[in-house]
Amino acid sequence: MLTEFATVLVFIVLGAATVALMLGVSRLLQPRNPTAVKLSTYECGEVPFGSSWVQFNIRFYVIALIFIIFDVEVALLYPWAVVFQRLGLLAFVEAFIFIVILLAGLAYLWKEGDLDWVRTMQETPPRKGER
Amino acid sequence: MEALARSLVSAVPAIAGVPLWTVTLLMMVLSAAVLLAFALTFGGLGSYVLRKVAGDIQVRIGPNRVGPYGLLQFLADGAKLLLKEDIIPAKADRFLFILAPYLVFVGSFAAFVVLPFGVGLTASDLNIGVYYVMAVTSLVVVGILMAGWASNNKWALLGGMRAAAQIVSYEIPVGMAIMPAVLIAGSLSLQDIVRSQGGLLGIFGWNLFHNPFTFFSFFLYFTAAQAETNQTPFDIPEAESELVSGYNVEYSGIRYAFFFLAEFGDMFVVAALATACFLGGWHVPFFRAEALPALWGNLLSLAVFLIKAFALVLVMMWVRWTLPRLRVDQLMRMSWKYLVPLTFVNLLGVSLWLLIFKGKGIPALIASLIG
Repeated sequence: MLTEFATVLVFIVLGAATVALMLGVSRLLQPRNPTAVKLSTYECGEVPFGSSWVQFNIRFYVIALIFIIFDVEVALLYPWAVVFQRLGLLAFVEAFIFIVILLAGLAYLWKEGDLDWVRTMQETPPRKGER
Repeated sequence: MEALARSLVSAVPAIAGVPLWTVTLLMMVLSAAVLLAFALTFGGLGSYVLRKVAGDIQVRIGPNRVGPYGLLQFLADGAKLLLKEDIIPAKADRFLFILAPYLVFVGSFAAFVVLPFGVGLTASDLNIGVYYVMAVTSLVVVGILMAGWASNNKWALLGGMRAAAQIVSYEIPVGMAIMPAVLIAGSLSLQDIVRSQGGLLGIFGWNLFHNPFTFFSFFLYFTAAQAETNQTPFDIPEAESELVSGYNVEYSGIRYAFFFLAEFGDMFVVAALATACFLGGWHVPFFRAEALPALWGNLLSLAVFLIKAFALVLVMMWVRWTLPRLRVDQLMRMSWKYLVPLTFVNLLGVSLWLLIFKGKGIPALIASLIG
C-alpha cells in the first residue's frame, strides 16, 4: 500500500526535477539580452494598456459553483460504483433517488438560465420602431 | 513493486546484501524514468504526426526537411526551444509564472503511474486508479489558470479563465462516462478493469460491446475527453484567431515546451484510459496474452495496448483537423445541457442492465444461449 503511493511520489519528484533540469540546461545555452520593450506585455504590438488584473465576467464564478456541486456528486458515486454489483437492488434504488434529486437541481439551474453563457442581466424595454 | 524487488533480490545473488528498500526505490526511479522517456518521446513524435496528419488533411506536405520524411523535426524543434531566450514579462507575477509549467507538466506526467501498459506492466497499480487519474489531471487546470493569471496579459487571462471553465465543465461528463467500466469491474484499479474484459474471443469481452449503454458511453467519454484536453472542436481557450494562443502566449522557449508536452501527455492519457476502460486494454483479440510465457506475454500485450491507444490518438487528431471550432457559449451548452444529463441517464441505464442481467453483457448472454 505504502510503496504503491511512494511510486506516485517518485513520479512527481522526477517530473518536477525534469522541468528544473531542462530549465537549467536552457539557461546555460540561451542568449540573454532583455530590453524594456522585450519584457513588456504582448498586446499584438500595441503599447500595453493598463493592467490585465481586472474585474471578470461573473459567469465564470457561477460555472465554478455548479462544478463544485456536481464534482462532489461524481466523487460520491465512485465508491457506489465499486460496490454496486455486491449490493444489487438497494444500491440501484439509492443511486436512482440520488441522481433524480441531482437532475432536479440541474433542471432548476437550466430554468433559471444559469447554464446559458450569454445572458442579459436585465431586460431593457424595446425602443420605438424595434420589435 | 516491493514484491518484484523481493524476487529480484532473491534471484540475483550479486545484490543479496543490498537492503530491500534501496532496490525498491531504484526500481521505482527506473520505472519513472522509462515512462518519462516515453512521455517525452510521445510528445515529440506526436507533434510530428500531428503536423503530418494536418498536412495530409489540408492537402499539403507537412514537415519534410529534417531527416527522412521530416522524422527528425521534433529533435530540431526541441533544440530550438532549448536555445531560445526565456522571457519573463516585467509586469508578470514571477513566482506563479515560474511555478505554472511545473504544475502542468507534473500533473500530466503523474497520470502515467497507473496506466496499464500490459500484463503486469503498471508502474503502480493503485486501488483507486481511475479516481487517481481524474484527480491528478485536475492539477493541469490549476497550472493553466496560474499561467493565465501570472502572465498579466489580457489574452492569457482570458484564455486561462476559459480553459479552466471548459475543463471543469467537461470533467463531470468525463467522470460519469467512465463509471460504467468501474461498475462492471467492481474495482477502480485499471488492471482489474482491463482483466474484467477478457474472454469471449477477446473482442466481445470489451466493455464497448457489453451493452448498448456502454457502447454509447464510450462515445460520450471520447467527446468529453477531447474537450477536456482542449482539442480543436473545443479549443476556444487557445483559439489562435481571437486569443493569439491563450494562456501560454507570454511563455517562450523551454517553458512553453512544457505546456506543449503536457498537452500531448494528456492526449495519451485520455486515449489510454479509453483503451483500458472500453477497448479491452491490453487484451489481444482472439488470443490470451496472459497464457504466454511471462516476457512474451508482457511484450505482446504492451504492443497491443500501444496500438489501440495510438489509434485513438490518431482519431483525436483526425477530429481535430476536420471539425470547426465551437463558440464559447455553444461549448458550455454542449457540456451542461447535453453531456451532463446524458451521462447521468446513461449511468442509470448501465446499472439497471447490470441489475437485470446479473452483470452479464449481450455477448455473454448470446454465448450462454448457444451453450
